[in-house]
Amino acid sequence: MPQAYRSVEITVNGLTYNRQVEPRRLLSDFLREDLDLRGTHVGCEHGICGACTVLMNGYTVRSCLMFAVQANGAEITTIEGLAKNGKLHPLQEAFWENHGLQCGFCTPGFLLSACELLERNPDPTEEEVRVGLSGNMCRCTGYQGIVESVLAAASKMKAQK
Amino acid sequence: MKPPKFDYFDPTTVEEALDLLKEYGEDAKILAGGQSLVPLLNFRLARPQVLVDINRIKDLDYVRENNGTLAIGAMTRQRTLETSEIIRSKCGLLTDAAELIGHPQIRNRGTVGGSLVHADPTAELAAIAKALDAQMKIRSSEGERTVAAKDFFVTVMTTVLEPSEMLVEVEFPALAPSAGWAFEEFVLRHGDFAVVGVTTVVTLDAKQTCTELRLAAIGVDETPFRDPEIEGLLQGQKITDSLLDELAARVSEKVDPFTDLHATAEQRKHLAGVLAKKAIKKAEEAAILNLKKES
Ligand SMILES: Cc1cc2nc3c(=O)[nH]c(=O)nc-3n(C[C@H](O)[C@H](O)[C@H](O)COP(=O)(O)OP(=O)(O)OC[C@H]3O[C@@H](n4cnc5c(N)ncnc54)[C@H](O)[C@@H]3O)c2cc1C
Ligand code: FES
Ligand code: FES
Repeated sequence: MPQAYRSVEITVNGLTYNRQVEPRRLLSDFLREDLDLRGTHVGCEHGICGACTVLMNGYTVRSCLMFAVQANGAEITTIEGLAKNGKLHPLQEAFWENHGLQCGFCTPGFLLSACELLERNPDPTEEEVRVGLSGNMCRCTGYQGIVESVLAAASKMKAQK
Repeated sequence: MKPPKFDYFDPTTVEEALDLLKEYGEDAKILAGGQSLVPLLNFRLARPQVLVDINRIKDLDYVRENNGTLAIGAMTRQRTLETSEIIRSKCGLLTDAAELIGHPQIRNRGTVGGSLVHADPTAELAAIAKALDAQMKIRSSEGERTVAAKDFFVTVMTTVLEPSEMLVEVEFPALAPSAGWAFEEFVLRHGDFAVVGVTTVVTLDAKQTCTELRLAAIGVDETPFRDPEIEGLLQGQKITDSLLDELAARVSEKVDPFTDLHATAEQRKHLAGVLAKKAIKKAEEAAILNLKKES
């Protein structure tokens, strides 16, 4: 028999949560409403804008195109998990320093997409950054500042290694 | 918007999934990568009573080489097309075209099987399946059948699959080491669905004469366009600019596109010809390089 509610165990930013969810609960709503982690933004709910991007087991996913039940057993990183011990992630610092954001609505999604991008390709060209971030939309910056931020973060992270 | 209520099953074996499809028939939908289905649910354009989530079926996520062919399980993520060494060495067209499918976040979830069954008229994988004569392996609780790509796509977002059936595997032929290929698209923004796209595989002999041309176009008809007569134009010929112009004109003439808010039918006809020429040239250059590597 199908159940009206399912038990899930999902690790978000290192903390493990046990909850009951309706199968139709979107992962984005689970994070925002059930866990009160509202840094994951919801712009379109049909996979276009990228604002809801989170990392699942190290890979970026649209949290609006997944159900929380599907993340049962998974490890999720949201924007709230990027800074460590009160210190911003180098990407966050670079966005701050290079005008990578204006209103900030798109920023959580961009930062998590950029995390994956630099993980795969620590030394990207400008073109590679643009292609890598093509799945995120920004209505404010014109993208220039975002691309510069990611390139700046890449050099900084390389220097730290 | 939020999805309507549904009953949710997440079987771990193909057999369990097939039993559920048999039991619920038209009321059930398979949930693969969700990158096309979940938007439809969120907007309530689809209201299935039952979702059969096949993401926990590990047996559907594989890439295998079987004498001369490449078998890809339906739940293989589109990302794997970019990263799999077997795919790169046996059918590099899939590797090169993967980047054209949406964005990294989409390919991390979206599946090979889901793209083929969804049958968007501009799906890159549908074009490649058609051009390469891929074979679709389909199962139901009653048994198994194999359908050639040319018979698989029926019309926009419709394939020959019955509600009780599941696509379990797609088999692509391995490309000859001396073949060259290309996938050219006209697209408004990187990662968007193409307005028009053309994929081609060109095989040359040692004298650089074309021994085989395969060519499929998307965005110009309800299903990927392919035409044996057009493919025959280069057979046994040295590829020249004038021959390609003739071929491009024939492509433009033969396709039967639609007008929508992205492009008129006329523009699509024009693009199909231009992209065919561009793709064949690129594939020919690649084939010449591969020939040199071989000798
Ligand atoms: C922003 C964005 C951009 C995109 N850009 C492109 C693009 O440029 N090119 C492109 O080709 N696609 C694009 N897509 C679509 C993407 O490739 C989808 O992943 C794909 O169309 C569907 O695959 P899925 O695994 O996500 O399937 P789902 O969304 O889970 O399912 C799609 C349909 O197929 C059925 N189905 C799935 N698997 C099976 C199976 N094994 N057997 C039987 N039925 C099955 C489902 O019931 C459903 O009806 C884009 C999507 C988004 C959100
Ligand atoms: S809210 Fe998920 S992509 Fe826009
Ligand atoms: S900073 Fe406003 S949408 Fe990107």
